[in-house]
Amino acid sequence: MALFLAVTPFVVGAALGNAWLRVLDFALLYIMLALGLNIVVGFAGLLDLGYIAFYAVGAYTYALLASPHFGLHWPAWAILPIGALVAGIFGVLLGAPTLRLRGDYLAIVTLGFGEIIRIFMNNLNAPINITNGPKGIARIDPISIGGHSLSKSIDVFGITVPGLTLYYYLFLVLTVLIVIVGIRLQNSRIGRAWVAIREDEVAAKACGIDTRNVKLLAFAMGASFGGVAGGLFAGFQEFVSPESFGLMESIMVLCMVVLGGMGHIPGVILGGLLLAVLPEAFRHGAVPMQNWAFGKVLIDPENLRMLLFGLALILVMLYKPAGLWPEKQHRLEMRK
Amino acid sequence: MSLLEAKNIGKRFGGVQALKDVSLSINSGEIYGLIGPNGAGKTTFFNVLTGLYPRDDGEVIFDGKPLELGSPHKVTQAGIARTFQNIRLFAHMTARENVMVGRHARTKVGVVGAVFRSRAQREEEAAIERRALELLHYVGIADRASGLAKNLSYGDQRRLEIARALATEPKLLALDEPAAGMNATETAGLRTLIEGLRRDGLTVLLIEHDVKLVMGLCDRVAVLDYGEKIAEDVPDAVRNNPKVIEAYLGTSTS
Amino acid sequence: MDIFLQQIVNGLTLGSIYALVALGYTMVYGILGLINFAHGEVVMVGAMVALMVMKALAASGLPAPIIFLIALFAAAIACMALGFTIERIAYRPLRNAPRLAPLITAIGVSIVLQQMAMIIWGRSYHSVPQLLPSENHEFFGAQITELQVIILIVAALTMAGLMLLVNRTRLGRAMRATAENPAIAGLMGVDANRIIAMTFLIGSALGALAGVLVSANYGIAHHHMGFILGLKAFTAAVLGGIGNLGGAMVGGVLLGLIEALGAGYIGDLTGGILGSHYQDVFAFFVLIVVLVFRPSGLMGEKVSERA
Repeated sequence: MALFLAVTPFVVGAALGNAWLRVLDFALLYIMLALGLNIVVGFAGLLDLGYIAFYAVGAYTYALLASPHFGLHWPAWAILPIGALVAGIFGVLLGAPTLRLRGDYLAIVTLGFGEIIRIFMNNLNAPINITNGPKGIARIDPISIGGHSLSKSIDVFGITVPGLTLYYYLFLVLTVLIVIVGIRLQNSRIGRAWVAIREDEVAAKACGIDTRNVKLLAFAMGASFGGVAGGLFAGFQEFVSPESFGLMESIMVLCMVVLGGMGHIPGVILGGLLLAVLPEAFRHGAVPMQNWAFGKVLIDPENLRMLLFGLALILVMLYKPAGLWPEKQHRLEMRK
Repeated sequence: MSLLEAKNIGKRFGGVQALKDVSLSINSGEIYGLIGPNGAGKTTFFNVLTGLYPRDDGEVIFDGKPLELGSPHKVTQAGIARTFQNIRLFAHMTARENVMVGRHARTKVGVVGAVFRSRAQREEEAAIERRALELLHYVGIADRASGLAKNLSYGDQRRLEIARALATEPKLLALDEPAAGMNATETAGLRTLIEGLRRDGLTVLLIEHDVKLVMGLCDRVAVLDYGEKIAEDVPDAVRNNPKVIEAYLGTSTS
Repeated sequence: MDIFLQQIVNGLTLGSIYALVALGYTMVYGILGLINFAHGEVVMVGAMVALMVMKALAASGLPAPIIFLIALFAAAIACMALGFTIERIAYRPLRNAPRLAPLITAIGVSIVLQQMAMIIWGRSYHSVPQLLPSENHEFFGAQITELQVIILIVAALTMAGLMLLVNRTRLGRAMRATAENPAIAGLMGVDANRIIAMTFLIGSALGALAGVLVSANYGIAHHHMGFILGLKAFTAAVLGGIGNLGGAMVGGVLLGLIEALGAGYIGDLTGGILGSHYQDVFAFFVLIVVLVFRPSGLMGEKVSERA
């Protein structure tokens, strides 16, 4: 498994080119996000439709602390934990007033929160220019390790390893860390308390669980995963703008969680991987396919990609309502 | 010595006075029954006592300290555990996990411990699991430990709920109609279980519809009618109390 | 003062359209407990279909209001067919599935409809012909168009009709019973499937009307219009207390007013720090504050925890 993951970028890079290496890097970022949201939605059962806001908070934290915008150039290893912390605080800020809300009310409030964050990013260029508005923040410092910027390729024993591959390894390491943290949390006193709240909040209280604190903890943990992913995104892209953090992105991450199998970490990873990679495959495959089938391009590949994405969501849910890879016990039990 | 003393508890729902001036005291080590006709306010009293409903009047002294009502988890932490009339288990967790959740209030390792798998965490986790299995064994469903709660039989679900409540290390165990929906064999088994609890030194508050069970099991019984306490005595005296006969026994035994 | 009145009028117009769309969300939610994410797209399809009909009939020589009515009718039929199909294909099979499954299919349907619209009608904005009278009248210093008056009257009449339908007819009674408890309603001889289908038909027809009115009001229609409109309307439904018809109407009108007044005054209120870009923040902020103090919305029933 480890070997497979280690050689993947070389195979992908050689066979499909750098564009696909990028897709792979993004897939890892999405998996991190999905794992974070899984804590909130999958474990604690709190429907969050504004999750991308925490990704945004992490990304902007990185952007502001490592770009010419404020003239700050802090190192990545310092910013990423700060980003996680700031996102976690935002998670608590969102969670605190909404704890009494249930189900779909919570959904709309989180959605509103996500939009509020995005609108502020869009408009906080006046009176004081903090976010640089819709233009976003450019020339962000790439992540560097040991003085070597990951945006540049490196020669190891005569093999040139491109920057995209270096990022791949960094993201992979962090994804593995997040998976380990997720699994450990799930099999802990806290994780059981989350699931207990999802299953029956009244009974959870009767078991002595302070549901308020435990829910806040879920928001904070989920948000901090998002914050880390956001920081990585900013360093990787070297550019952030509010456009990357719309409602559609929140929905995308939610789809990864539900499609994969809510609350089941391997399922969520599968969901993240599929939804990050397949639409790209369609995009790349659409033009040649249409040329081959119709002799010309009938449908804009971008449209086709989203169309198939929508259809896939419908079909998977119709045939596997508990997700593609649900937890074993859930497969039989998730029906009410 | 009284373990719990409820003083002048009152509760209104809109214009309806569901509980009025209810005072009762439960002694350490006894099985205390609370009975009354349908709608007499038994479950309301129960929910007020366990913090699920905020009360309007009165106070509760538990174990020598005023009980902070209105937040169920604090009531549990103070040492009162409960079951629910219409069984509330964590349906998609295994029986063992259900009981493990019950250990929450008595354990303390947090996120940091869990993430780093500290020694303390591993030891605590092992202890939680050990205790959960002991309790499942105690209530007699150890063989179902790995089954999902929702797949247990009705009687076993009741037992599991009791095991989960016991996991919180209560001084007082409050059972809300535990025999509801049980057949005769299951009820007899339940009775043996509750008697065992008393033998092991636990105080039990029992709300029940099944008068026979209550009279046979309880040391003392209180009777609620229209939200007021109309009697509190040993079972034989309650049975012969004219007010009780009129309010309750008179209608249900005829 | 004239700005205030102007914004009140604008807010009422916008709000009554929100209310029509919000009714579609709230009716479905009341019966199925499902956020029908695709409803916004149904509204968009209504606007686009009406636009196509208007363009097709432009050369026919029919009087403008007649063309408008034919277009509206066509849009309503198209949306009802669409709503019915969506329920049949994407929601009905999942009625007993985990709660989030139909939400995801709803999102899927929404995406599919939006992409289809883009493929059929293109990415550009379409201007909508002015078929209804739109003279400007000055009214205590505020500019009110005849179109705004028409929108207000049509919306008010439609909502009154809906209330009558729900409260006074056999169908309405069956709908309320199904919303209350589908199993018991079923025992009483109510065909839940039929009632749910009817709910989608009515909600979609209201959506079509809203789509036609909103595109007439702004003179513009495009493939993306359903998304934000749906989002606002859903917010309005929650604000009023989701599942509650009166709540959706109040919530819609209120949200329209909040937005209009917010846009007009937010600059003054904050000393010029926040401009009208923050209009949406204002709306969501009000929503959050309302829900913090009234977790079930303004007119929603208080749900207390039950043992």
